[in-house]
Amino acid sequence: MEHPIGLSIRRGTKVYPGTVALSNVDFDLRMGAVNVLVGENGAGKSTMMKVIAGVEQLTDGKVLIDDEQVIFKTTEDAAKRGIGIVFQELNLFPNMTVAENIYIAREKTRGGIDIDKTAQRETARALMKRLEQDIDPEDLVGDLRVGQQQIVEIAKSLAQDAKILILDEPTSALSAAEVEILFRVIADLKRNGVGIVYISHRLEELIQIGDYITVLRDGVITGAQSMDGVDVDWIVRNMIGESGKDFAKEIEHPYGDEVFRAEHVSLGRVGGGMLVDDVSLSLRKGEILGIYGLMGAGRSEFLECAIGRHPHASGQIFIDGTQLKTKTVSGRIKRGLALIPEDRKNDGLVQILSIRENMTLSSLGQFTRGIQMNLKKEKRIVADFVKRMTVKIASPEHAVSSLSGGNQQKVVISKALMTDPKVLLMDEPSRGIDIGAKAEVFRVMRKLAADGLGIIFVTSDLDEVMSLSDRILVMSNGKITGEFSRETATNTALVEASAIGHKTISKNKESA
Amino acid sequence: MADQSIAAKARSSSDALLIFLKARTFIALILVFVFFAINAPNFMSTANMVIMSKHVALNAILAIGMTFVIVSGGIDLSVGSIVGLCGMVAGYLILNGIDIGLGWSMQFNTLEICLLVMLVGIGVGAVNGFLITKLHVAPFIATLGTLYVARGAAMLSSDGRTFPNLHGNPEYGSDTFRWIGAGEVFGIPVSICILITVGILAAYIAARTPLGRHIYAVGGNERAAGLSGIKVNQTKYFVYLFSGFCAALVGLIIASQLVAAHPATGDTFELNAIAAAVLGGTSMSGGRGRIAGTIIGACVIGVLSDGLVMMGVSSFWQTVIKGLVIIAAVVIDQAQQKLQARVALQAQAALGK
Repeated sequence: MEHPIGLSIRRGTKVYPGTVALSNVDFDLRMGAVNVLVGENGAGKSTMMKVIAGVEQLTDGKVLIDDEQVIFKTTEDAAKRGIGIVFQELNLFPNMTVAENIYIAREKTRGGIDIDKTAQRETARALMKRLEQDIDPEDLVGDLRVGQQQIVEIAKSLAQDAKILILDEPTSALSAAEVEILFRVIADLKRNGVGIVYISHRLEELIQIGDYITVLRDGVITGAQSMDGVDVDWIVRNMIGESGKDFAKEIEHPYGDEVFRAEHVSLGRVGGGMLVDDVSLSLRKGEILGIYGLMGAGRSEFLECAIGRHPHASGQIFIDGTQLKTKTVSGRIKRGLALIPEDRKNDGLVQILSIRENMTLSSLGQFTRGIQMNLKKEKRIVADFVKRMTVKIASPEHAVSSLSGGNQQKVVISKALMTDPKVLLMDEPSRGIDIGAKAEVFRVMRKLAADGLGIIFVTSDLDEVMSLSDRILVMSNGKITGEFSRETATNTALVEASAIGHKTISKNKESA
Repeated sequence: MADQSIAAKARSSSDALLIFLKARTFIALILVFVFFAINAPNFMSTANMVIMSKHVALNAILAIGMTFVIVSGGIDLSVGSIVGLCGMVAGYLILNGIDIGLGWSMQFNTLEICLLVMLVGIGVGAVNGFLITKLHVAPFIATLGTLYVARGAAMLSSDGRTFPNLHGNPEYGSDTFRWIGAGEVFGIPVSICILITVGILAAYIAARTPLGRHIYAVGGNERAAGLSGIKVNQTKYFVYLFSGFCAALVGLIIASQLVAAHPATGDTFELNAIAAAVLGGTSMSGGRGRIAGTIIGACVIGVLSDGLVMMGVSSFWQTVIKGLVIIAAVVIDQAQQKLQARVALQAQAALGK
């Protein structure tokens, strides 16, 4: 089947002060197909898409639609030509409803003044149905989980009837089931002739869904072809320039005594029901426990209960066999717990502060005598961690916001490790970071476990949970629905366990 | 090779610009100073310097407390009223003592009076802290409320009248009260000494103590700070207590300088304090600000208004000029932030190559 070229970039170059983000790229965007774009963070994928969407302009070269040069000065210019983009960072208003967000700046109105709320609500409801999501258009976006918010973001561009739709890592917060729904929507869009650009770090996913692939490395296109015959090895080779960086190699080591135990942890949901429903689990020293499950299964909430973010949660937490009496985060950090939050930007880092200040935020006591901090010692500790974690930074005094996602994550992990924890709780540790950084993070996790740290990590990525965990728990609807050892775990078993408790919904769908 | 040297030159020029922008308030202070030294008669006289520095000290002390509050992501509108209330409390204690019934009254010496007044200031700060952390009232509203309550209480304390002749009574040991406003230590007016002490204390807290770091973190990202184990509520309590404490000091100084306490004293002082903090580079969205910058900011405002008075510029124009200076300061601050972010990104990009 022939796919017509809907948009192309010729000899596109984009120079930022001090760095060349794109250099002489030729890119063809085919309609009615999924154009996959892949590369490490900072390779220029996002820059290229920002050029197409009118966020940025090329320094040199041109963008063509139907052999005619177009210049998008703003996103509106691009939107007028039917180009929609879903950014990696969510651009939603948490204080507004789902329907209001979907129609933001394009409100359906009567006579240009009065907002037609009913029409917005109904079309939003239809969109949610198309995306097979049980989200009420009247819900506040701020009350939704990150994954659901991403669905809303996708719905927003669907509502614009875009001819070209750019999805920048749309699945990074979605669970397997939600990813499947998204893929069905994408297939549907393809049939309608929409050209889709799909950026992701999940390579299997790209192979599954892509029709054409373009690989970028350091602003240069290193591979572009149709998806036939492309495998993970080929992608990785083009991305990194060397054959295969595999995920963390196994370090065999014995487990120690039980270090962490949770008993009957429960957390109620606002408006009835349970987010975390009577979860009990235990963890041994040196063990990596993976918790797999769908979005909203209560995995993140369980970790938050453990660290003490929800003071009204019930249940007991034990460290080294003794129960934690304290309900405060600071108290629990002192007792040896540390959390790497899912939402790095909002929960993990203070963007305005420097890298050094972020790293030591949880462990200021370490170099404080009386009330005075020893700033020299602080610098030394930070330099030590920067080296150990291989954080790429120009200076620890720069704002943490100047770093790439992977390096920011390493800063968050350093912050947690500085408190000298016994148990590390990691919520989606690989979210939004490139494959190189991901491999490094995993290697660090393996090494920490070998040193006797207990690690509980939450992920929606099957490969990740399979390759990294010593033991796997599956959660669904707030409950633990399956436990697997390294030997008994299979992809199908995990997916099945993660769907337990969702049967009623799927039945409804069948009858509908 | 040539490319590299050009890039290096570009970098060093943007570095120089950055240093210039960072020192802008200081440069502005020097410029303002030089301008008035040339144009205002008697500006450079010792007498004028002393008077001016006393004016600056009052605003600077308030602004130091305000800086911590703003850095923590809040705002304290009540400081002006606390100044008024604390002055009235001091005046009342000097004139009447505390009536404990049965025809007896308790009298206090200067030190006791000062401590009680500070307690009042800290008390109002505690109310602010309670409203904001426990009852989750927005800082703007909470302190707006205490602004009115404290001002009303000051008025009620004397039915709106002035407490005059606060000379104190040697019998009770309160005759030394005047020393706060009129005395000197090693030839330096007491109010300046207080400014120096409070300034050093605050700068130390900001730079060298975990508490200071916590204030910046809470203002930068409250959620991340909480999840990092910082006691967010305690930190917020501290900044409002400290701000109330600073306001109490100013109330004492003014009452002593005037040898009288008027309930309307300190009206709109909070706005001058906010202006000084902002002029000194404090970000209203929290997480950024320096004590030294705030003090320089207070100096700019003080020198500007006193100098304009000496030049005979109408007070209406003075207000306009003050407003323009504040706006200009914020605009330049934005430019500095942009440049700073760009320099950091460039350095990061250079590393990635």
